[in-house]
Amino acid sequence: MTASIIKLETTATDHHIARMAALAMGLSMLEAAIPSPLPGVKPGLANIVTLIVLTRFGWRMAAWVSLLRVLAGSLLMGSFLTPGFFLSVSGALCSIAILGISQYLPARWFGPVTHSIFGAFAHIAGQLLLVYFWLIPHTGLAYLIPIFATAALLFGTVNGLIAAHYLNAPNTGSETPKLTG
Amino acid sequence: MLALAPIKIGDWMVLLLGALGITWATITLWQGGAADKAIIRSSGKIFSEVPLSRNQIISVPGPLGISQIAIHNRQARIAADPSPRQYCVHQGWLKQAGEIAICLPNQVSVELSGRGKRYDSLNY
Repeated sequence: MTASIIKLETTATDHHIARMAALAMGLSMLEAAIPSPLPGVKPGLANIVTLIVLTRFGWRMAAWVSLLRVLAGSLLMGSFLTPGFFLSVSGALCSIAILGISQYLPARWFGPVTHSIFGAFAHIAGQLLLVYFWLIPHTGLAYLIPIFATAALLFGTVNGLIAAHYLNAPNTGSETPKLTG
Repeated sequence: MLALAPIKIGDWMVLLLGALGITWATITLWQGGAADKAIIRSSGKIFSEVPLSRNQIISVPGPLGISQIAIHNRQARIAADPSPRQYCVHQGWLKQAGEIAICLPNQVSVELSGRGKRYDSLNY
């Protein structure tokens, strides 16, 4: 019996996406260890990677990285197809959709902090909508909005600042776009 | 400050708008809602329902004696009660819909209610 070899043709961009998604997954693994007072309130450190990819390589690649991170991250955490997974997907989709709009804001005035805050708000909006229409169809959910929104603003700002610092750092610009596979 | 250096002017605006939005959401979502009437119960039955618009003092009879409920300035409280520990009196003014003061020994309670009846417990 001859072993059949399936070889997928991959491009340097694919490799780069995979590398970035792996980095983002690493960050979400890291933050999974941080205890949270309320389920759903977490820093979302992986979004720092998404923001950097968005600024450096554009929206398409950021969307890939974000969704791959959610999918592969859930496999690693054992949460694939659980409610938590769908909440992540819904949050990520909303976030990406908003980033698709906010990336067109003039870069002169709006930096990663803006994108991060918009993304964080979209993330909780997506999650809360899914919770409302699927898990807890009760208007009492509205009581949680201020808590989630405050967390989104806080962590969104912090993540945006981290991303901005990375993007402003002098010697990282030259090495990252080198798409060698 | 070095840490805040990458924040551009638009970022500040987004931050400010976000903070304002959250403040507004907190105020509107966390408010119990305006109360417009007081429901007074005695021995489990509704004794009377009175609007908060008129200032008055209502005497409610119970097993121990008379409880006096005061309505003043769109607020309500139990002003006097024969119960030994006076918990319901110490509770003070009730202001928002859903708030309730109960004098267990004298079986008298006053509850504020708004236009829509709110729940007092939720479970899933």
